[in-house]
Amino acid sequence: MKNLYDSIKHVRGESQFIDDLPVQEGTLFGAVYYSNIAHGKILKLDFSEALKMNGVAGIISAKDIPGENQIGGVIRDENLFAEETLHFIAHPIALAVADSYLNARAALKKIKIVVQKLPHILDPREAAVKNELIIPPRKFELGNVDEAWKDCEYIIEGKVESGGQEHLYLETQGAYSFKTESGGIKIFSATQAPTAVQRTVANILNLPMNKIEVDVQRLGGGFGGKEDQATAWACMSALAAYKLNRPVKLILKRQDDIRLTGKRHPYSSDYKIGLDREGKILAYETVYYQNAGASADLSTAILDRTLFHCTNSYFIPNVRAVGLSCRTNLPPNTAFRGFGGPQGMFVIESAIHKAAAVLKKEPVEIQKLNLLDEGDEFPYGQKTFNCSAKKSFEDLDRLYPLKDILRETDEFNARNTLVKKGSAVMPICFGISFTTTFLNQASALVHIYTDGSVSINTAAVEMGQGVNEKMKRIASRVLNIAESRIKIESTNTSRVSNTSPTAASKGTDLNGFAVIDACTILKERLSKVAAEEFEENDLSAIYFKNEKVFYEGEPTNLTFADIVKKAYSKRVSLTAQAHHSTPEINFDAKINKGHPFSYHVYGAAVVQATLDCLRGTYEIDSVKVVHDFGESFHPVIDLGQAEGGILQGLGWMTMEELKWNEEGKLLTDALSTYKVPDIHSMPRELKIHFLEKSQNDFGPLRSKAVGEPPFMYGIGAYFALANAMKAFKPDLEINYTAPLTPENVLLTLYNNTIN
Amino acid sequence: MSTDKKMIKFLFNSEWLETSVSPASVLLDFIRNEKRLTGTKEGCREGDCGACAVLIGELRSGKVKYKVVNSCLVPMRDLHGKHLVTVESLNQDELTPIQLTVAEEGGTQCGFCTPGFVISMTGYFLNNKKLDLQEAMDSLGGNICRCTGYAGIERAVKKSIEIYEQSGESKDHLTKLIDAKFVPSFFKSVPKLLAGIDAPKAKQKVSEIFIGGGTDLYVQKWEELSGADYKILSGSNIPDDINLSGNKIRIGGGATIQQLIDSAVIKKYFPLIQNDLQLFGSLPIRNRATVAGNIVNASPIGDLTNILLVLDAGLILKYGKTNRQISLRKFFLDYKLTDRKKNELIEWILLPVPQKEFYFNFEKISKRKYLDIASVNSSIALITKKNKIIKAGISAGGVSPVPLFLKKTSAFLKDRLIATETVREAAKIALSEISPISDARGSDRYKRLLLRQLIYAHFLILFPSQIDETALIRGAREL
Repeated sequence: MKNLYDSIKHVRGESQFIDDLPVQEGTLFGAVYYSNIAHGKILKLDFSEALKMNGVAGIISAKDIPGENQIGGVIRDENLFAEETLHFIAHPIALAVADSYLNARAALKKIKIVVQKLPHILDPREAAVKNELIIPPRKFELGNVDEAWKDCEYIIEGKVESGGQEHLYLETQGAYSFKTESGGIKIFSATQAPTAVQRTVANILNLPMNKIEVDVQRLGGGFGGKEDQATAWACMSALAAYKLNRPVKLILKRQDDIRLTGKRHPYSSDYKIGLDREGKILAYETVYYQNAGASADLSTAILDRTLFHCTNSYFIPNVRAVGLSCRTNLPPNTAFRGFGGPQGMFVIESAIHKAAAVLKKEPVEIQKLNLLDEGDEFPYGQKTFNCSAKKSFEDLDRLYPLKDILRETDEFNARNTLVKKGSAVMPICFGISFTTTFLNQASALVHIYTDGSVSINTAAVEMGQGVNEKMKRIASRVLNIAESRIKIESTNTSRVSNTSPTAASKGTDLNGFAVIDACTILKERLSKVAAEEFEENDLSAIYFKNEKVFYEGEPTNLTFADIVKKAYSKRVSLTAQAHHSTPEINFDAKINKGHPFSYHVYGAAVVQATLDCLRGTYEIDSVKVVHDFGESFHPVIDLGQAEGGILQGLGWMTMEELKWNEEGKLLTDALSTYKVPDIHSMPRELKIHFLEKSQNDFGPLRSKAVGEPPFMYGIGAYFALANAMKAFKPDLEINYTAPLTPENVLLTLYNNTIN
Repeated sequence: MSTDKKMIKFLFNSEWLETSVSPASVLLDFIRNEKRLTGTKEGCREGDCGACAVLIGELRSGKVKYKVVNSCLVPMRDLHGKHLVTVESLNQDELTPIQLTVAEEGGTQCGFCTPGFVISMTGYFLNNKKLDLQEAMDSLGGNICRCTGYAGIERAVKKSIEIYEQSGESKDHLTKLIDAKFVPSFFKSVPKLLAGIDAPKAKQKVSEIFIGGGTDLYVQKWEELSGADYKILSGSNIPDDINLSGNKIRIGGGATIQQLIDSAVIKKYFPLIQNDLQLFGSLPIRNRATVAGNIVNASPIGDLTNILLVLDAGLILKYGKTNRQISLRKFFLDYKLTDRKKNELIEWILLPVPQKEFYFNFEKISKRKYLDIASVNSSIALITKKNKIIKAGISAGGVSPVPLFLKKTSAFLKDRLIATETVREAAKIALSEISPISDARGSDRYKRLLLRQLIYAHFLILFPSQIDETALIRGAREL
């Protein structure tokens, strides 16, 4: 049996998530009370009836906070509990705490509130007009766009809309807290950012960080939704535990989770693209209106990544990209796989698609002509190296000749009236590193016990992406021992401090290098002990292989476990700690130039779809991909990341639709109304090829980060469907509005034919 | 606690269990909170994710038939005399082939949905001797995974089928599954164990709320139901069989949607409905949701009511010993308001046996094809003579406060020739009969357009040679 430790627990139902932890005696349960208006003042708030309810231990609100009522991670603009002003529907006001969840819920219904409504804004463009911006506009520039227009044969302008996306991690947000003997708090939190939870709880409780211990065993999915937004629930449960001197568990019910938490940012964007006669893109100008919601959360960093990826896989010599982070009366939007990149890439792909129609070319011709080459400069000043944009595109074309696909599609469409096929190519280029440079650090703490078993602590949080398995594999490769000797510990702020969030696809890279460094230290110490056994001064004569000690190229009788025992008796430390920080990266946010990314991930996909032009429904027939994994050292995990990312991307472009009413109330707040891809939504054919001969000096064991980039292949589905729509009605104006739900398709196909 | 209060007795995994919990309380809460078995997860509490899937085995003619259900929507009362299987009870020293392949093929990432998938897959293997990849995948339609994109799950299903097929010959299906370690050996003794169980001991307190399958009630008001004693309908209270009686097909109000799909009588007279009903919920929902429940729920967008309206169903409503009959077309009065009197139950649903030259079609459009509520659905039933419609029924869901029988459109179609112009005119009349509103499932404008398209679709499906699709659609553009 393969040694897939977490997977085995999962299939046996033995993995513990927060809600599965054994409940301590006296545990109380929380339920969140929140605003039902999008903007307004609290005139009166009365808990007296609620406090009389059966089993209620307390109603916790802003006035119970001993420290600062502040949870803003990047910009300090967000309260844990509303004070005077309500900024969105589902803005938390209080936490009812009772001896059972049902009693806490019953208490919520007895809370009395009087509010005064204020005008609210839901549209980011309206927010921009009213100057409701989170930060001043951000601008990335390359070349001289204003000069370049006159050289363009074609200039095309347009507007693009992309919708938000609910994370729908299967495990809802939650935390379980209790007081410790030091007067501090221990929190089991389902967070991607244990240190953010620790820091924020400390600030809320007015305690030093060393009194707050945050422990994370695993998450039932994160996707960015638990990077910044797991913090509030941890703070609430910690605050309640602190005030009430009882353990407090807070697990959001699904509907509350969907209502209370932010999503992928919806974007509304304008662009102008200029091309020469052949289709070479000479100039590109774009403005992004990001719907940030009511406070900053991670919106500013997300907006930056939109700007970083505004040209996707293409070299464009003259670019001006402007981003506005617009404050609206919605829950603060947050990180979601791709982190703003997909939104930017959808705009440039829309621009190319629309331009292709004007140039009477296939979009793929323009895509191919403009792909990045070695040494090309991005709008932020970094130049490509080991660029595999063209190589992956060419490999895709070789494996799945794109001309044949187009021809077969045309033939099918000529034979069919009401059913049409469409195809599209989607190249991707995604920069790896936190664009906030200081976050690119991690540390690892490795213990070897006297029986030769190994325990590894890092800052990485396991959320299904397989980081634990990867850490284990890295350690086993460095120490040359069996993976079964190694255990990956929970992520714990008392064991590994000052952790960066597990995010930005960087978990394996950052923590993997730290594990390599820590294990290398231990290996050197053990080599030295072994060398002493052979009275050898030259350490290079000693190496470990398959649990055995080799001396001068020959296996000896000594095993890894023997050397560990000897090391202990010789009083050699069997613990090592290492800190890793990504080399060579820098970024000057004043001029928006630098070398922010350690490297880029490239790839290309071809997506094919079949559209029922009578009903507006469709199926994704195939997604075929050549993806740059670097040198994958765990292909099962890497493949799974690509497959899962692609289906999420398809969901974002097709069925996943967030709808709010005019009052700012989310209408799609349950799984019955917010639909994510099910097993039937899988493309009939999903083929993923690992780009050959890829190398990466900046990833552990020469691998590449894999979490986010494949998501963006899903964007190809939009254009495959758009092409099928155009096959039905050649003069059709595509609205470049995602998601392309069956409603969006049908109303576009039969625009103005019905009243 | 005195034993006479312990009125619910069932086989919990491999052990007998008697409990005095409220019969209307939720199975998921019992498993997680009372029994502290945490492999069964709470994902949504509305039957839309399958993280809480369990198997419930019921003794039927000497054999135990296992059904996968969402434990978040099952009242405890329905466990009496059954075998409950949670993921923990599948665990043996080695992984089952399903567990092994899911782990090895990348069928699990974060792991939260995984026990539900393992349960659903095991349910498929328990219920099917002839294994088919597509059918096995369809049986997982009620399980949502947000991580894997299902590709690893598909590989696992494929490999599990191979393992089953390559395992040696055994005298029967269950023995083969036990030998191949798909289920532990105690499954062998379950039929004998269940045979000895009595009917529930205590008398049920009758309340105004009746619970059938509970697949919508427990979504809407699980908190309220959890603490209360409610009369719970099940096969013992009202009939759940489906049979032919004279020129009527009788469907017991307690029959589930899945029973309808599996029914030989339905298969014979309405062969297409089998496929149409695959669009109803998911397998765990169809295993619980009842025909009567779908009717009394009176959801304007119900799929089954939409079909039953055009089939001219009649209802037999029972109150105590009296009963009365009413046409389904007269049953729906206003939004969620029906002609049902207090404490009346739907005992039977009667369908006329279709005559010659009978045509039927059902169309449903939703954001996601499966396990979704329609934006608009529509059914049509026609009896024709040569090229002429002599009897017509057409319905539309999601476009009015009630499941709507399109009276005017149906009347218009009668005695018309099957022709492109008839279809176009019928659609126009249909649009005059509806009053859709904008909501999470679509704008009013979309719903109007969609209904027109679905009426076109009915005729294009049923009479492809008589309707000119190009002309119909060209006409549509010029409307």
